[in-house]
Amino acid sequence: MDKGFSPVGLRVLVVDDDPTWLKILEKMLKKCSYEVTTCGLAREALRLLRERKDGYDIVISDVNMPDMDGFKLLEHVGLELDLPVIMMSVDGETKRVMKGVQHGACDYLLKPIRMKELKIIWQHVLRKKLQEVRDIEGCYEGGADWFTRNDEAHLLGGGGEDVSFGRKRKEFDFEKKLLLQDESDPSSSSSKKARVVWSFELHQKFVNAVNQIGCDHKAGPKKILDLMNVPWLTRENVASHLQKYRLYLSRLEKGKELKCYSGGVKNMDLPPKGSEFSSVHQSPGKNSYAFSGGSSDPKQLASSSVSDPSSDVHMPPKAKKTRVEFDPPISSSCAFDSLLSWSDVPDPLESKPQILYGSSFLQQQPLPSQSPYVANSAPTLMEQEMKPSYETSVNADEFLMPQDKNSTVILQDLDLSAPSAISSINVTNDTESILRSLSWELPESHHSGFIDTDLDFSWLQNEHFLANTGLQNFQLQDYSCSPSLLSELPPHLWFGNEPDEYTLMVDHGLFIS
Amino acid sequence: MQRQVALIKQSLFDQGYLDEQFIELEELQDDANPNFVEEVATLYFKDSARLISNIEQALERGSFDFNRLDNYMHQFKGSSTSIGASKVKTECTMFREYCRVGNAEGCLRTFKQLKKEHATLRKKLEQYFQASK
Repeated sequence: MDKGFSPVGLRVLVVDDDPTWLKILEKMLKKCSYEVTTCGLAREALRLLRERKDGYDIVISDVNMPDMDGFKLLEHVGLELDLPVIMMSVDGETKRVMKGVQHGACDYLLKPIRMKELKIIWQHVLRKKLQEVRDIEGCYEGGADWFTRNDEAHLLGGGGEDVSFGRKRKEFDFEKKLLLQDESDPSSSSSKKARVVWSFELHQKFVNAVNQIGCDHKAGPKKILDLMNVPWLTRENVASHLQKYRLYLSRLEKGKELKCYSGGVKNMDLPPKGSEFSSVHQSPGKNSYAFSGGSSDPKQLASSSVSDPSSDVHMPPKAKKTRVEFDPPISSSCAFDSLLSWSDVPDPLESKPQILYGSSFLQQQPLPSQSPYVANSAPTLMEQEMKPSYETSVNADEFLMPQDKNSTVILQDLDLSAPSAISSINVTNDTESILRSLSWELPESHHSGFIDTDLDFSWLQNEHFLANTGLQNFQLQDYSCSPSLLSELPPHLWFGNEPDEYTLMVDHGLFIS
Repeated sequence: MQRQVALIKQSLFDQGYLDEQFIELEELQDDANPNFVEEVATLYFKDSARLISNIEQALERGSFDFNRLDNYMHQFKGSSTSIGASKVKTECTMFREYCRVGNAEGCLRTFKQLKKEHATLRKKLEQYFQASK
């Protein structure tokens, strides 16, 4: 737990049928102090991965391979192993990049690949770990007792071995502690604020009720509660949820501002090469969809979106600062714009954050630079955290209306919340503790911090659950390893996922080893 | 000898045979891999010879399976970017464009040019590495 985060020794598996590139990449990755394994065939790569399920941290694969389509490999890795996968190609055609994104790639690099791009791949790994931690926390947070009782059969029956969480399961003993904690503190009678698990279905009921009543601002918690017809839910639960929902709605309106703002982001000082979009730059105008990751653009948007509704004095400046620090390549902004129009996503804010989700961690800045951000907002974090979830919930709601774009926002929120959530878990402004929480030993640090915190993490859960709300196809956190389901979906349903998938994810989170 | 090396290298860049990728490779060279660039170049020429032969066979067949040809060329292009073979890369792009529009004549012409550039680069790099020893 005291180990600081370090990308040194990151175990990378490189897959490329081009021997020249394989040699070059091996050398480059070694120079990054990573532990490299090379592989010339996709099937061989899968074999290696399956042999040592915990043997690798990240996979980098070429898109074009003789024995297996790189996208297929990507799917397999994502589904079976839940590892972050970076795609590579000499071809930066938007279509292909899109495909990579849809198949769950957390980044898409263009050849020739630069050292800078490889130097930051560890951020994908970290982000994924954070994501998983949050998933589990969220799932176990408050009401877990009720949750497991009522949904355990359903959720656990959702899928077979989940390798990715299997690993995490063992590490998260605190999950059990949480459950015990909740058992002794039943939500209905506790003097503590009840932590409601706003599950997919629950939120759907909420949104249905709100819509039924008409204008959400006229809908009162009592009315909504009545309509929802959920016996264990209290008026208080609904009231707080409604508050988040409203804040989110108001933030949506500000989304347009953010769109303009994101344009401004282009001028940030982060060298383009540093982000995933650097590859986009190499092929100007073509790869605007360097999806996952490196773009700091999303993060900024995310920050801004988070800060806006909160009207928190701390947030906006921090958000802006974050923006300044992370310079998204121009193409990334373009990417988003075009993506938006293409996928017919009305709200740029929402879409962008999603994409940014991946990239938010892919800044060239090391984590410590995020800490100040987090640290500074820590005091207001509790409030802040509530807000992001609103976005999520609202998005989910939006989805109930015919759009699906909100899924992106949710991701964004999830992403944004991650660092803040985690730091808040530690409830300190201490950079070191924040770093700790973000270290490889993440589960442990989270463990202790989390239990001690008084923060209401229901919002975390909200994010996860609400992300799926209303959107059949929306896939939750598992951004980087979207299953092949996505390949069939239209762009705006990128993260689309069956509700089953969702429950699977929830299942993962809830599963106690 | 040093000067000759520098001259050869400079001309390779000036004439557009190589681009900055080559410099990136040189930067990767270190004590652990003192002949890294030459090793990579050797690997490239070996592999690209194979690809050229594949394309040649496909063209000789006369059936002009543009998809297949494009695939080969995609590989070839990817490979050529690895050492910064700029002119070769340009020919690859052109070839693929001809494939896209189904222009067999254009493909043949471009391929001929591509082979020429490829051979020239090979010779020049051989000179360069020889002079560097």
